[in-house]
Amino acid sequence: MRIVALVKCVPEPTATWRFADDLTLDRSAVDGRLSELDEYAIEQAARLVEAGVATEVSYLTMGPAPAVDALRKALAMGGDRAVHVLDDAIHGSDAVTTSLILATAIKRMGFDMVICGMASTDAEMSVVPVMVADRLGVPALVNAAAVRVDGSSVTVRRDTDDATEEVVATLPALISVTDRSGDPRYPSFKAIIAGKKKPIATWSLGELDIASERAGGAAAATVVRTVRPRPPRPPGTVVVDEGDAAVRLADFLVANKLL
Amino acid sequence: MNTVLVLVDHDSGAPHKSSLELLTFARRLGEPAAVVYGDADAGLVDVLGSFGAATVYAAAPGGPDEYPTTAKALLLVDLATRVAPAAVLVTADPEGKEVAARVAVRLDSGVITDAVDLRATPDGPMATQLVFAGTWLAESQVRRGTPVIAVRPNAIAPEAAPVRAVVESVPAPPHVDGPRVISRTARAASGRPALTDAAIVVAGGRGVGSAEGFGLVERLADALGGAVAGSRAATDLNWCPHELQVGQTGKTVSPELYFASGISGAIQHRAGMQSSRTIVAVNKDPKAPIFQFADFGVVGDLHVVLPALLDEISNRKG
Repeated sequence: MRIVALVKCVPEPTATWRFADDLTLDRSAVDGRLSELDEYAIEQAARLVEAGVATEVSYLTMGPAPAVDALRKALAMGGDRAVHVLDDAIHGSDAVTTSLILATAIKRMGFDMVICGMASTDAEMSVVPVMVADRLGVPALVNAAAVRVDGSSVTVRRDTDDATEEVVATLPALISVTDRSGDPRYPSFKAIIAGKKKPIATWSLGELDIASERAGGAAAATVVRTVRPRPPRPPGTVVVDEGDAAVRLADFLVANKLL
Repeated sequence: MNTVLVLVDHDSGAPHKSSLELLTFARRLGEPAAVVYGDADAGLVDVLGSFGAATVYAAAPGGPDEYPTTAKALLLVDLATRVAPAAVLVTADPEGKEVAARVAVRLDSGVITDAVDLRATPDGPMATQLVFAGTWLAESQVRRGTPVIAVRPNAIAPEAAPVRAVVESVPAPPHVDGPRVISRTARAASGRPALTDAAIVVAGGRGVGSAEGFGLVERLADALGGAVAGSRAATDLNWCPHELQVGQTGKTVSPELYFASGISGAIQHRAGMQSSRTIVAVNKDPKAPIFQFADFGVVGDLHVVLPALLDEISNRKG
C-alpha cells in the first residue's frame, strides 16, 4: 500500500506573525517549521509501515523554497521520498487552488491512501483534505483519533460531540488524523542523517500541466479586503491570594452579575 | 431579492440553534431559503419560517444513508446551480466544513470558513474572521462563483422574523458509495449545559494536578450552573473528556464568564476562549500569560482558592 502524506511548512506558532503588503501572511518574516498537526499524519504513516501494511510513504508539500525544511523533518521521522511543488506562481493561492495543485500532484505520485493532519496551524480552515478527496474521487474520513487498515479498507475511530463512532471506507481513500491519534516520534540522530539522503523531487506547475494563471493571489476566489489587530482587552485586576481571594472573587462575580 | 441558501442541521424535527443563527445572518444578505436533508415535518418548517425562511427546500434521502455529508453537498450544488444564490451558508463544525469544501470544489467557488460576522456589500457578502490564532480580524470576500461561507456557532443571537414558509420538495441526490458508520456509542449526558452554548464555562488545566483535582473544577461549574472544559493538557491526561477541550485543536467558546483554573494561557488555548466576555483566572504562577488578558486574576493555589470560593458561593446563595 502506497501512502502520500500531505505536510505544510507553517510559521513558528510562538513568533509574531505579520501581514505582507498583499494581505497574505508574511512567511519570509518568520521562521517556518513543519506544522505540528502534520506530525500526527507522519506518525500514522510510519506506524502503518511498521505494521507491515504500508510499503511506501511519500510526502507532498507546496510552498516557497524554505518549505523543503518541513520535508526534511518529515523524512527524518520516516518515509521514503518527497515531492515539493515549488513555483513562484503559487504565492497567494486559495484553498480551492491549493487542493487542485495537491490533487494533481497526488495523482501523478500514485497512492492507495492519503493522510493529512486535521488542520494547518496557520490558516486553520480544515477544508483542503476534503477538497483533495473530492477532486481525487475517493472517500474522506476526517478527524480520525485511531486508524486501522484491513486489506482493502480503512477504519477510523472518531469522537464527535455526543458519540464515539467507527467509520469505514474502501481504499483508495483519504484520512485526516487528530492530535489524539498518537504522539509523533522524535527522530534519532541516525534517522536525521538518513533523512538527508532521501530523494526530494521539485515539480513546477508546468510539470503538473497547471497554467500559472490558475494559481496564486490573482486567481484566488477569495480576497482579504482589510485586516486589523483585535482590540486589546481592557487591563484587568490581578491579586495575590492572602486568604481573602475567594471573597474578592465572589465580589467580582456579583459585581458583574455572574453570581 | 437574492436567495441565500442555508443548510439546516436538525434532530428529530428540531433545528439546531446554529441553523437559526445562520438564518439570522442570511437575512442581512438576501432572502433565506432553508435546505433540509431528511424529514421536513410541519413543526420544523414552522420554526424555520419563524426565523425568516420563505422557502424550505426538502430532500428526503432515497434510502438509509448513514453518512449524509456528501449527499448534503450534492444537494446544495444542485440548488445553487438552479437558483444562483447570493451565498450558501453552513455551520462551521466538522460536518459543515466538509460540506463547504465539496460545494466549493464542485462549483469552483471561493470558500470562507469560521466567519464570526457577515454583512452585505455591493460586491456580495463581507465576512469577518479571526486569524493568526484569533489575534487579528480579517474581512474577506468571495470574488468567483457562489460565496460558500461556514459560520461559527454563537456568533449572533438568533432573531425571529416570521414569514410563511413554503416547502418545495426536491429530488434526493444520487447515492454515492462513501464511508459507512459501523458503530456508534453515544456518550452519557453530563446534565450540564453544552460547552459551546454555555453562558458560564469553568475550565481546568495542568495546574489542577490530578483527575481527582479536576473534581473541584466540576463542582465549581455546578455551583455556577456552567459547563466544564479542559485545556489540551487536561484532556491529554484524561482528567477531562476530549470533546470538552477548548483551544486551537478543540472548541472555540465565547461565554459570559470563562473561569480558568490552573491554565497558563498559551496561545493555542487563548485562541479558543479569548472572545469570552469576562475572563477569570486562578494560577499559582504570577508569570502565567493568562494574567495578561484576564479581567480578574488570582495568584494562588487553586486547591485552596476554589474550595473557599465554593463555600463563599454557598454562603451567599444560602
